[in-house]
Amino acid sequence: MASIWRYILAGLGLAVLLVGIVAAVYLMLPQPTPGPDISRSKSTANRLFEASFEPERGVIRQGELQSWLLTLKTAAGAPVEGAAITVSGGMPQHDHGLPTSPQATDYLGDGRYRIDGIKFTMSGWWQLRFGISAAAGSDSVVFNIVL
Amino acid sequence: MRRLTSVACLLALAALALLGGCGEPQFSDAEKKTIASLALNTLPSLKADTTNQYADMPAAAALGSTLFFDAGMSRDGTVSCSTCHKIERQFQDDLPQAVGVGHTNRRTMPLAGVARNPWFFWDGRRDSLWAQALTPLENPLEQAGNRAAFAHYMQKRFGERYERIFGPLPDLSNVPANASPLGSDAEKAAWNSMSAAQQDDVNLVYANIGKAIAAFERSIEPQQTRFDRFAIDLATGAKPEADAAFSAEEILGLKLFIGKANCVTCHNGPRFTDNAFHNTGVPPVDELPLDRGRVDAVTQVQADPFNCLGKFRDGDESACRELRFMVKDGPQIARAYKTPSLRGAADRPPYMHAGQFETLDEVVAHYSKAPLAVEGVSEVHPLDLSERERAALVAFLRTLSD
Repeated sequence: MASIWRYILAGLGLAVLLVGIVAAVYLMLPQPTPGPDISRSKSTANRLFEASFEPERGVIRQGELQSWLLTLKTAAGAPVEGAAITVSGGMPQHDHGLPTSPQATDYLGDGRYRIDGIKFTMSGWWQLRFGISAAAGSDSVVFNIVL
Repeated sequence: MRRLTSVACLLALAALALLGGCGEPQFSDAEKKTIASLALNTLPSLKADTTNQYADMPAAAALGSTLFFDAGMSRDGTVSCSTCHKIERQFQDDLPQAVGVGHTNRRTMPLAGVARNPWFFWDGRRDSLWAQALTPLENPLEQAGNRAAFAHYMQKRFGERYERIFGPLPDLSNVPANASPLGSDAEKAAWNSMSAAQQDDVNLVYANIGKAIAAFERSIEPQQTRFDRFAIDLATGAKPEADAAFSAEEILGLKLFIGKANCVTCHNGPRFTDNAFHNTGVPPVDELPLDRGRVDAVTQVQADPFNCLGKFRDGDESACRELRFMVKDGPQIARAYKTPSLRGAADRPPYMHAGQFETLDEVVAHYSKAPLAVEGVSEVHPLDLSERERAALVAFLRTLSD
Protein backbone atom coordinates (compact mmCIF):
# COMPACT_ATOMS: atom_id res chain seq x y z
CA MET A 1 0.00 0.00 0.00
CA ALA A 2 2.66 2.39 1.09
CA SER A 3 4.43 2.09 -2.24
CA ILE A 4 1.26 3.18 -4.21
CA TRP A 5 1.00 6.28 -2.06
CA ARG A 6 4.65 6.98 -2.83
CA TYR A 7 3.91 6.77 -6.58
CA ILE A 8 0.91 9.08 -6.26
CA LEU A 9 2.89 11.53 -4.14
CA ALA A 10 5.78 11.51 -6.57
CA GLY A 11 3.38 11.97 -9.51
CA LEU A 12 1.63 14.86 -7.77
CA GLY A 13 4.96 16.46 -6.93
CA LEU A 14 6.12 16.25 -10.53
CA ALA A 15 2.77 17.56 -11.80
CA VAL A 16 2.99 20.57 -9.47
CA LEU A 17 6.54 21.19 -10.64
CA LEU A 18 5.41 20.98 -14.26
CA VAL A 19 2.52 23.40 -13.74
CA GLY A 20 4.90 25.76 -11.97
CA ILE A 21 7.41 25.71 -14.82
CA VAL A 22 4.74 26.16 -17.49
CA ALA A 23 3.22 29.07 -15.54
CA ALA A 24 6.63 30.69 -15.17
CA VAL A 25 7.30 30.39 -18.91
CA TYR A 26 3.93 31.96 -19.76
CA LEU A 27 4.51 34.78 -17.29
CA MET A 28 7.84 35.53 -18.91
CA LEU A 29 6.30 35.86 -22.39
CA PRO A 30 6.14 39.51 -23.54
CA GLN A 31 2.77 41.08 -22.75
CA PRO A 32 1.07 43.00 -25.55
CA THR A 33 1.34 46.71 -24.72
CA PRO A 34 -1.64 48.94 -25.45
CA GLY A 35 -0.85 51.05 -28.58
CA PRO A 36 -1.88 54.61 -29.36
CA ASP A 37 -5.46 55.46 -30.34
CA ILE A 38 -5.57 54.63 -34.04
CA SER A 39 -9.18 55.58 -34.74
CA ARG A 40 -9.67 57.21 -38.11
CA SER A 41 -12.51 59.47 -36.91
CA LYS A 42 -12.42 61.73 -33.87
CA SER A 43 -13.36 65.13 -32.46
CA THR A 44 -10.79 67.90 -32.73
CA ALA A 45 -9.03 68.98 -29.51
CA ASN A 46 -11.61 71.65 -28.58
CA ARG A 47 -14.52 69.71 -30.12
CA LEU A 48 -15.13 72.37 -32.80
CA PHE A 49 -15.04 69.80 -35.58
CA GLU A 50 -15.53 66.11 -36.24
CA ALA A 51 -12.59 64.91 -38.34
CA SER A 52 -11.95 61.71 -40.19
CA PHE A 53 -8.80 60.73 -42.06
CA GLU A 54 -8.57 57.91 -44.61
CA PRO A 55 -6.16 56.95 -47.40
CA GLU A 56 -7.77 58.10 -50.66
CA ARG A 57 -7.25 54.72 -52.30
CA GLY A 58 -8.17 52.73 -49.22
CA VAL A 59 -4.81 51.10 -48.47
CA ILE A 60 -1.58 52.36 -46.93
CA ARG A 61 1.51 51.53 -48.96
CA GLN A 62 4.80 52.03 -47.14
CA GLY A 63 7.41 54.04 -49.05
CA GLU A 64 5.03 55.52 -51.63
CA LEU A 65 3.72 59.06 -51.94
CA GLN A 66 0.02 58.90 -51.19
CA SER A 67 -2.96 61.17 -50.93
CA TRP A 68 -5.37 60.92 -47.99
CA LEU A 69 -8.75 62.53 -47.40
CA LEU A 70 -9.45 64.67 -44.35
CA THR A 71 -13.19 65.08 -43.89
CA LEU A 72 -14.38 67.87 -41.60
CA LYS A 73 -17.87 68.31 -40.18
CA THR A 74 -19.14 70.69 -37.56
CA ALA A 75 -20.36 69.28 -34.24
CA ALA A 76 -23.86 69.57 -35.73
CA GLY A 77 -22.81 67.43 -38.71
CA ALA A 78 -22.60 70.11 -41.43
CA PRO A 79 -19.63 69.91 -43.85
CA VAL A 80 -16.88 72.44 -43.11
CA GLU A 81 -16.12 74.51 -46.19
CA GLY A 82 -13.19 76.83 -46.94
CA ALA A 83 -10.98 75.55 -44.12
CA ALA A 84 -7.31 76.52 -44.01
CA ILE A 85 -5.37 73.39 -43.08
CA THR A 86 -1.79 72.99 -41.94
CA VAL A 87 -0.13 69.56 -41.78
CA SER A 88 2.76 68.45 -39.57
CA GLY A 89 3.75 65.28 -37.81
CA GLY A 90 6.44 62.69 -37.37
CA MET A 91 7.38 59.61 -35.40
CA PRO A 92 7.20 60.22 -31.65
CA GLN A 93 9.44 57.24 -30.84
CA HIS A 94 12.19 58.32 -33.23
CA ASP A 95 12.21 62.08 -32.54
CA HIS A 96 11.91 62.93 -36.21
CA GLY A 97 9.39 64.69 -38.39
CA LEU A 98 7.73 63.61 -41.60
CA PRO A 99 9.98 62.69 -44.55
CA THR A 100 7.80 64.84 -46.83
CA SER A 101 5.79 68.06 -46.50
CA PRO A 102 2.18 67.04 -47.12
CA GLN A 103 -0.28 69.77 -48.04
CA ALA A 104 -4.02 70.22 -48.39
CA THR A 105 -4.12 70.44 -52.19
CA ASP A 106 -7.81 70.26 -53.17
CA TYR A 107 -11.27 70.74 -51.76
CA LEU A 108 -13.45 67.93 -53.04
CA GLY A 109 -16.79 69.16 -51.62
CA ASP A 110 -18.87 67.82 -48.75
CA GLY A 111 -16.20 68.78 -46.19
CA ARG A 112 -13.55 66.58 -47.87
CA TYR A 113 -10.00 67.87 -48.33
CA ARG A 114 -7.27 66.04 -50.22
CA ILE A 115 -4.01 65.87 -48.23
CA ASP A 116 -1.34 64.98 -50.77
CA GLY A 117 2.36 64.14 -50.41
CA ILE A 118 2.11 61.77 -47.46
CA LYS A 119 4.83 59.13 -47.30
CA PHE A 120 5.48 56.63 -44.53
CA THR A 121 9.06 55.52 -45.07
CA MET A 122 9.20 53.01 -42.22
CA SER A 123 7.00 50.84 -40.08
CA GLY A 124 6.07 52.01 -36.60
CA TRP A 125 3.98 54.72 -34.96
CA TRP A 126 3.39 57.85 -37.02
CA GLN A 127 1.46 60.97 -36.05
CA LEU A 128 -0.22 63.50 -38.35
CA ARG A 129 -1.32 66.80 -36.83
CA PHE A 130 -3.77 69.08 -38.56
CA GLY A 131 -4.31 72.73 -37.71
CA ILE A 132 -7.76 73.68 -38.95
CA SER A 133 -9.12 77.21 -39.32
CA ALA A 134 -12.66 77.73 -40.57
CA ALA A 135 -15.70 79.95 -39.92
CA ALA A 136 -16.40 78.11 -36.66
CA GLY A 137 -12.89 78.88 -35.35
CA SER A 138 -9.50 77.24 -35.12
CA ASP A 139 -8.79 73.79 -33.72
CA SER A 140 -6.39 70.92 -34.14
CA VAL A 141 -6.45 67.16 -34.28
CA VAL A 142 -3.83 64.41 -34.18
CA PHE A 143 -4.23 61.07 -35.94
CA ASN A 144 -2.05 58.09 -35.05
CA ILE A 145 -1.14 55.67 -37.77
CA VAL A 146 0.65 52.45 -36.91
CA LEU A 147 2.31 50.47 -39.69
CA MET B 1 11.48 1.41 -6.88
CA ARG B 2 12.36 0.77 -10.48
CA ARG B 3 8.77 1.56 -11.51
CA LEU B 4 8.94 4.81 -9.56
CA THR B 5 12.07 5.78 -11.45
CA SER B 6 10.54 4.97 -14.82
CA VAL B 7 7.35 6.94 -14.03
CA ALA B 8 9.44 9.90 -12.90
CA CYS B 9 11.52 9.66 -16.06
CA LEU B 10 8.38 9.61 -18.22
CA LEU B 11 6.96 12.66 -16.45
CA ALA B 12 10.25 14.49 -16.76
CA LEU B 13 10.33 13.72 -20.48
CA ALA B 14 6.76 14.98 -20.87
CA ALA B 15 7.72 18.17 -19.05
CA LEU B 16 10.71 18.67 -21.35
CA ALA B 17 8.57 18.08 -24.42
CA LEU B 18 6.00 20.59 -23.20
CA LEU B 19 8.69 23.15 -22.45
CA GLY B 20 10.24 22.54 -25.84
CA GLY B 21 6.85 23.29 -27.43
CA CYS B 22 6.64 26.58 -25.56
CA GLY B 23 10.24 27.50 -26.37
CA GLU B 24 11.00 30.26 -28.85
CA PRO B 25 10.81 29.21 -32.50
CA GLN B 26 13.64 30.38 -34.77
CA PHE B 27 11.65 33.40 -35.99
CA SER B 28 8.37 34.87 -34.75
CA ASP B 29 5.56 35.55 -37.22
CA ALA B 30 6.36 39.28 -37.07
CA GLU B 31 10.01 38.58 -37.83
CA LYS B 32 9.06 36.32 -40.72
CA LYS B 33 6.89 39.07 -42.16
CA THR B 34 9.75 41.57 -41.94
CA ILE B 35 12.22 39.13 -43.50
CA ALA B 36 9.82 38.46 -46.37
CA SER B 37 9.50 42.22 -46.98
CA LEU B 38 13.27 42.45 -47.51
CA ALA B 39 13.54 39.67 -50.09
CA LEU B 40 14.30 40.60 -53.68
CA ASN B 41 11.23 38.76 -54.99
CA THR B 42 9.07 41.52 -53.45
CA LEU B 43 10.75 44.16 -55.62
CA PRO B 44 8.01 45.45 -57.93
CA SER B 45 8.68 45.77 -61.65
CA LEU B 46 10.33 49.05 -62.62
CA LYS B 47 7.78 51.82 -63.11
CA ALA B 48 7.72 53.92 -66.27
CA ASP B 49 9.49 57.28 -66.04
CA THR B 50 7.03 59.67 -67.63
CA THR B 51 9.52 62.55 -67.34
CA ASN B 52 11.76 60.74 -69.86
CA GLN B 53 9.83 59.59 -72.94
CA TYR B 54 12.95 57.71 -74.13
CA ALA B 55 13.43 55.80 -70.84
CA ASP B 56 12.36 52.44 -72.24
CA MET B 57 13.45 52.90 -75.86
CA PRO B 58 16.19 50.37 -76.71
CA ALA B 59 17.95 52.72 -79.15
CA ALA B 60 18.16 55.38 -76.45
CA ALA B 61 19.55 52.86 -73.94
CA ALA B 62 22.11 51.73 -76.52
CA LEU B 63 23.26 55.30 -77.15
CA GLY B 64 23.26 55.90 -73.40
CA SER B 65 25.49 52.89 -72.90
CA THR B 66 27.94 54.22 -75.51
CA LEU B 67 27.99 57.61 -73.80
CA PHE B 68 28.36 56.06 -70.34
CA PHE B 69 31.66 54.41 -71.32
CA ASP B 70 32.93 57.20 -73.61
CA ALA B 71 35.83 59.20 -72.17
CA GLY B 72 35.18 61.69 -74.97
CA MET B 73 32.35 62.90 -72.71
CA SER B 74 34.76 65.02 -70.66
CA ARG B 75 36.84 68.17 -70.96
CA ASP B 76 40.15 66.45 -71.60
CA GLY B 77 38.96 63.12 -73.01
CA THR B 78 40.03 61.10 -69.97
CA VAL B 79 36.92 60.66 -67.83
CA SER B 80 33.63 58.90 -68.53
CA CYS B 81 30.74 57.94 -66.23
CA SER B 82 32.41 54.52 -66.04
CA THR B 83 35.65 55.98 -64.66
CA CYS B 84 33.97 56.12 -61.24
CA HIS B 85 30.99 53.83 -61.93
CA LYS B 86 33.12 50.79 -62.85
CA ILE B 87 31.03 48.03 -64.41
CA GLU B 88 33.11 45.24 -62.85
CA ARG B 89 32.92 46.83 -59.38
CA GLN B 90 29.14 47.23 -58.89
CA PHE B 91 29.44 50.53 -60.81
CA GLN B 92 31.51 52.16 -58.04
CA ASP B 93 35.24 52.77 -57.60
CA ASP B 94 36.33 51.51 -54.13
CA LEU B 95 37.67 54.98 -53.25
CA PRO B 96 36.70 57.04 -50.18
CA GLN B 97 35.97 59.97 -52.50
CA ALA B 98 35.54 59.85 -56.26
CA VAL B 99 38.34 61.07 -58.51
CA GLY B 100 37.48 62.44 -61.95
CA VAL B 101 39.34 65.37 -63.49
CA GLY B 102 39.79 66.47 -59.85
CA HIS B 103 39.22 65.02 -56.36
CA THR B 104 35.57 65.22 -55.24
CA ASN B 105 34.23 65.25 -51.69
CA ARG B 106 31.83 62.28 -51.96
CA ARG B 107 31.93 58.49 -52.24
CA THR B 108 30.80 57.10 -55.63
CA MET B 109 27.43 55.37 -55.27
CA PRO B 110 26.84 51.92 -56.84
CA LEU B 111 24.10 51.79 -59.49
CA ALA B 112 22.09 48.59 -58.89
CA GLY B 113 18.43 49.61 -58.84
CA VAL B 114 19.31 53.28 -59.32
CA ALA B 115 16.26 53.92 -61.51
CA ARG B 116 14.06 53.22 -58.48
CA ASN B 117 15.41 56.17 -56.51
CA PRO B 118 13.21 59.22 -56.00
CA TRP B 119 16.36 61.28 -55.25
CA PHE B 120 19.91 61.14 -56.58
CA PHE B 121 23.36 61.67 -55.06
CA TRP B 122 23.98 61.21 -51.33
CA ASP B 123 22.12 64.43 -50.61
CA GLY B 124 19.36 64.17 -53.22
CA ARG B 125 20.38 67.29 -55.15
CA ARG B 126 18.75 65.94 -58.31
CA ASP B 127 15.26 64.52 -58.70
CA SER B 128 15.52 62.30 -61.78
CA LEU B 129 18.01 59.85 -63.18
CA TRP B 130 18.43 61.90 -66.36
CA ALA B 131 18.98 65.16 -64.45
CA GLN B 132 21.51 63.32 -62.28
CA ALA B 133 23.45 62.07 -65.31
CA LEU B 134 23.98 65.66 -66.49
CA THR B 135 25.53 66.90 -63.27
CA PRO B 136 28.97 65.18 -63.32
CA LEU B 137 29.34 66.09 -67.00
CA GLU B 138 29.73 69.77 -66.05
CA ASN B 139 31.22 69.40 -62.56
CA PRO B 140 34.82 70.72 -62.80
CA LEU B 141 35.97 67.90 -60.49
CA GLU B 142 34.27 65.13 -62.46
CA GLN B 143 33.92 65.26 -66.26
CA ALA B 144 34.54 69.01 -66.32
CA GLY B 145 32.87 69.59 -69.69
CA ASN B 146 30.36 72.22 -70.78
CA ARG B 147 26.99 71.75 -72.43
CA ALA B 148 27.81 73.62 -75.66
CA ALA B 149 30.85 71.39 -76.19
CA PHE B 150 28.72 68.30 -75.46
CA ALA B 151 26.11 69.40 -78.01
CA HIS B 152 28.82 69.86 -80.66
CA TYR B 153 30.34 66.49 -79.71
CA MET B 154 26.96 64.76 -80.11
CA GLN B 155 26.55 66.26 -83.57
CA LYS B 156 30.08 65.31 -84.64
CA ARG B 157 30.29 61.79 -83.17
CA PHE B 158 26.71 60.56 -82.83
CA GLY B 159 24.62 62.85 -85.07
CA GLU B 160 22.83 60.08 -86.93
CA ARG B 161 22.13 57.97 -83.86
CA TYR B 162 20.95 61.05 -81.98
CA GLU B 163 18.54 62.11 -84.73
CA ARG B 164 17.03 58.63 -85.07
CA ILE B 165 16.01 58.81 -81.42
CA PHE B 166 15.38 62.45 -80.65
CA GLY B 167 14.64 63.99 -84.07
CA PRO B 168 16.63 66.65 -85.93
CA LEU B 169 19.53 68.31 -84.13
CA PRO B 170 19.21 72.08 -83.89
CA ASP B 171 21.46 74.38 -85.92
CA LEU B 172 24.58 74.64 -83.78
CA SER B 173 26.72 76.50 -86.34
CA ASN B 174 26.60 79.76 -84.38
CA VAL B 175 26.86 78.17 -80.93
CA PRO B 176 30.26 78.83 -79.27
CA ALA B 177 32.57 75.80 -78.95
CA ASN B 178 32.51 76.12 -75.15
CA ALA B 179 29.64 77.68 -73.21
CA SER B 180 27.68 76.93 -70.07
CA PRO B 181 25.91 78.87 -67.33
CA LEU B 182 27.93 76.84 -64.81
CA GLY B 183 31.40 76.87 -66.38
CA SER B 184 34.48 79.10 -66.22
CA ASP B 185 34.11 82.87 -66.58
CA ALA B 186 34.82 82.57 -70.31
CA GLU B 187 32.22 79.80 -70.69
CA LYS B 188 29.66 81.82 -68.75
CA ALA B 189 30.36 84.90 -70.89
CA ALA B 190 29.97 82.79 -74.04
CA TRP B 191 26.70 81.38 -72.69
CA ASN B 192 25.38 84.85 -71.94
CA SER B 193 26.24 85.96 -75.47
CA MET B 194 23.92 83.30 -76.90
CA SER B 195 20.28 84.04 -77.71
CA ALA B 196 17.61 82.46 -75.50
CA ALA B 197 16.64 80.23 -78.44
CA GLN B 198 20.24 79.02 -78.83
CA GLN B 199 20.45 78.35 -75.09
CA ASP B 200 17.23 76.34 -75.30
CA ASP B 201 18.59 74.37 -78.27
CA VAL B 202 21.75 73.44 -76.40
CA ASN B 203 19.83 72.66 -73.20
CA LEU B 204 17.52 70.35 -75.12
CA VAL B 205 20.42 68.37 -76.65
CA TYR B 206 22.01 68.28 -73.22
CA ALA B 207 18.81 67.01 -71.54
CA ASN B 208 18.54 64.31 -74.22
CA ILE B 209 22.10 63.15 -73.43
CA GLY B 210 20.94 62.65 -69.83
CA LYS B 211 17.79 60.85 -70.97
CA ALA B 212 19.82 58.41 -73.09
CA ILE B 213 22.23 57.67 -70.22
CA ALA B 214 19.26 57.18 -67.88
CA ALA B 215 17.65 54.76 -70.35
CA PHE B 216 20.82 52.66 -70.18
CA GLU B 217 21.06 52.85 -66.38
CA ARG B 218 17.52 51.55 -65.97
CA SER B 219 18.83 48.12 -66.94
CA ILE B 220 21.16 47.96 -63.90
CA GLU B 221 19.25 46.00 -61.27
CA PRO B 222 20.14 44.21 -58.01
CA GLN B 223 20.90 40.48 -58.16
CA GLN B 224 19.59 37.65 -55.97
CA THR B 225 21.80 36.83 -52.98
CA ARG B 226 22.09 34.12 -50.32
CA PHE B 227 19.79 36.17 -48.10
CA ASP B 228 17.07 36.13 -50.77
CA ARG B 229 17.28 32.36 -51.14
CA PHE B 230 17.10 32.00 -47.35
CA ALA B 231 14.11 34.38 -47.15
CA ILE B 232 12.18 32.55 -49.87
CA ASP B 233 12.74 29.20 -48.11
CA LEU B 234 11.65 30.72 -44.81
CA ALA B 235 8.50 32.16 -46.36
CA THR B 236 7.54 28.92 -48.10
CA GLY B 237 8.42 26.74 -45.13
CA ALA B 238 11.06 24.84 -47.09
CA LYS B 239 14.19 23.85 -45.22
CA PRO B 240 17.02 26.08 -46.50
CA GLU B 241 19.66 23.90 -48.12
CA ALA B 242 23.24 24.30 -49.32
CA ASP B 243 24.28 27.97 -49.26
CA ALA B 244 20.74 29.14 -48.53
CA ALA B 245 21.12 27.73 -45.00
CA PHE B 246 22.25 30.39 -42.52
CA SER B 247 24.81 29.77 -39.78
CA ALA B 248 23.82 30.45 -36.17
CA GLU B 249 25.83 33.68 -36.34
CA GLU B 250 24.06 34.85 -39.52
CA ILE B 251 20.67 34.10 -37.94
CA LEU B 252 21.63 36.12 -34.87
CA GLY B 253 22.76 38.94 -37.15
CA LEU B 254 19.48 38.89 -39.07
CA LYS B 255 17.49 38.91 -35.82
CA LEU B 256 19.49 41.89 -34.58
CA PHE B 257 19.13 43.66 -37.94
CA ILE B 258 15.33 43.48 -37.83
CA GLY B 259 15.13 43.74 -34.03
CA LYS B 260 17.28 45.21 -31.30
CA ALA B 261 19.77 46.97 -33.60
CA ASN B 262 16.94 48.82 -35.44
CA CYS B 263 18.79 48.69 -38.78
CA VAL B 264 15.58 47.81 -40.63
CA THR B 265 14.00 51.07 -39.49
CA CYS B 266 15.76 52.83 -42.38
CA HIS B 267 17.24 49.92 -44.36
CA ASN B 268 13.83 48.51 -45.28
CA GLY B 269 12.14 46.98 -48.32
CA PRO B 270 13.80 44.75 -50.92
CA ARG B 271 16.49 47.36 -51.63
CA PHE B 272 17.27 47.85 -47.93
CA THR B 273 16.62 51.58 -48.15
CA ASP B 274 13.74 53.88 -47.25
CA ASN B 275 14.94 56.35 -49.94
CA ALA B 276 14.92 59.07 -47.30
CA PHE B 277 17.54 61.34 -45.70
CA HIS B 278 18.82 60.92 -42.17
CA ASN B 279 21.43 62.44 -39.91
CA THR B 280 23.17 59.48 -38.28
CA GLY B 281 26.06 61.40 -36.74
CA VAL B 282 28.63 60.29 -39.31
CA PRO B 283 31.70 62.49 -38.68
CA PRO B 284 32.96 64.89 -41.37
CA VAL B 285 36.34 64.35 -43.05
CA ASP B 286 38.72 67.08 -41.84
CA GLU B 287 40.43 67.95 -45.12
CA LEU B 288 37.21 68.17 -47.16
CA PRO B 289 35.11 71.31 -47.64
CA LEU B 290 32.12 71.93 -45.33
CA ASP B 291 29.39 69.39 -46.17
CA ARG B 292 25.88 70.06 -44.85
CA GLY B 293 24.14 67.26 -46.73
CA ARG B 294 20.47 67.70 -47.55
CA VAL B 295 20.33 71.35 -46.41
CA ASP B 296 22.27 72.56 -49.45
CA ALA B 297 20.79 69.97 -51.80
CA VAL B 298 17.26 71.33 -51.26
CA THR B 299 18.34 74.69 -52.67
CA GLN B 300 20.26 73.07 -55.52
CA VAL B 301 17.46 70.81 -56.73
CA GLN B 302 14.99 73.69 -56.73
CA ALA B 303 17.39 75.82 -58.80
CA ASP B 304 18.14 73.05 -61.32
CA PRO B 305 16.62 73.93 -64.75
CA PHE B 306 16.46 70.19 -65.49
CA ASN B 307 14.35 69.37 -62.44
CA CYS B 308 10.89 67.84 -62.76
CA LEU B 309 9.14 71.21 -62.79
CA GLY B 310 11.44 72.58 -65.53
CA LYS B 311 10.63 72.71 -69.23
CA PHE B 312 12.77 69.72 -70.27
CA ARG B 313 10.52 67.23 -68.50
CA ASP B 314 8.36 65.03 -70.72
CA GLY B 315 4.85 64.12 -69.61
CA ASP B 316 2.84 66.14 -67.12
CA GLU B 317 3.53 67.69 -63.75
CA SER B 318 1.84 64.87 -61.84
CA ALA B 319 5.23 63.10 -61.91
CA CYS B 320 6.75 65.86 -59.77
CA ARG B 321 5.17 65.12 -56.40
CA GLU B 322 8.47 64.18 -54.74
CA LEU B 323 9.86 67.62 -55.58
CA ARG B 324 6.60 69.38 -54.78
CA PHE B 325 6.22 67.78 -51.35
CA MET B 326 9.86 67.60 -50.29
CA VAL B 327 10.90 68.86 -46.87
CA LYS B 328 12.58 72.22 -47.55
CA ASP B 329 13.73 73.26 -44.11
CA GLY B 330 13.88 72.32 -40.44
CA PRO B 331 16.57 70.82 -38.25
CA GLN B 332 16.10 67.29 -39.59
CA ILE B 333 17.79 68.01 -42.95
CA ALA B 334 21.09 69.25 -41.48
CA ARG B 335 23.82 66.76 -42.40
CA ALA B 336 21.15 64.34 -43.52
CA TYR B 337 22.20 61.86 -46.21
CA LYS B 338 20.33 59.24 -48.19
CA THR B 339 20.01 55.74 -46.74
CA PRO B 340 22.18 53.61 -49.07
CA SER B 341 21.09 50.16 -50.19
CA LEU B 342 22.95 47.41 -48.34
CA ARG B 343 22.83 44.94 -51.21
CA GLY B 344 26.41 44.17 -52.18
CA ALA B 345 27.73 46.55 -49.51
CA ALA B 346 30.07 43.98 -47.93
CA ASP B 347 32.06 43.88 -51.18
CA ARG B 348 32.50 47.61 -51.55
CA PRO B 349 34.31 49.34 -48.72
CA PRO B 350 34.89 52.11 -47.74
CA TYR B 351 31.55 53.29 -46.34
CA MET B 352 29.45 56.42 -45.81
CA HIS B 353 29.08 59.54 -47.96
CA ALA B 354 32.77 60.41 -47.87
CA GLY B 355 34.23 56.96 -47.27
CA GLN B 356 34.65 57.67 -43.54
CA PHE B 357 34.73 54.01 -42.47
CA GLU B 358 37.05 51.41 -43.94
CA THR B 359 35.20 48.28 -42.79
CA LEU B 360 31.69 47.10 -41.94
CA ASP B 361 32.96 46.50 -38.38
CA GLU B 362 33.62 50.24 -38.11
CA VAL B 363 30.16 51.02 -39.52
CA VAL B 364 28.42 48.73 -37.03
CA ALA B 365 30.57 50.07 -34.19
CA HIS B 366 29.51 53.62 -35.17
CA TYR B 367 25.81 52.74 -34.97
CA SER B 368 26.31 50.85 -31.72
CA LYS B 369 28.05 53.82 -30.12
CA ALA B 370 25.90 56.52 -31.83
CA PRO B 371 28.11 59.59 -31.31
CA LEU B 372 26.52 63.06 -31.40
CA ALA B 373 26.33 64.81 -34.77
CA VAL B 374 28.63 67.79 -35.46
CA GLU B 375 25.59 69.64 -36.83
CA GLY B 376 21.90 68.90 -36.40
CA VAL B 377 20.71 65.95 -34.35
CA SER B 378 21.61 62.33 -34.98
CA GLU B 379 18.56 60.06 -35.20
CA VAL B 380 20.61 57.12 -33.93
CA HIS B 381 20.59 56.10 -30.27
CA PRO B 382 23.32 54.03 -28.58
CA LEU B 383 22.79 50.27 -28.84
CA ASP B 384 25.73 49.02 -26.79
CA LEU B 385 26.02 45.85 -28.86
CA SER B 386 28.43 43.21 -27.63
CA GLU B 387 31.39 42.18 -29.74
CA ARG B 388 29.56 38.96 -30.62
CA GLU B 389 26.46 40.89 -31.71
CA ARG B 390 28.46 43.31 -33.85
CA ALA B 391 30.24 40.41 -35.56
CA ALA B 392 26.88 38.71 -36.16
CA LEU B 393 25.49 41.82 -37.85
CA VAL B 394 28.52 41.93 -40.16
CA ALA B 395 28.09 38.21 -40.90
CA PHE B 396 24.46 38.85 -41.85
CA LEU B 397 25.41 41.80 -44.08
CA ARG B 398 27.76 39.50 -46.00
CA THR B 399 24.78 37.32 -46.96
CA LEU B 400 23.60 40.32 -49.02
CA SER B 401 26.70 40.02 -51.18
CA ASP B 402 27.13 36.28 -51.70
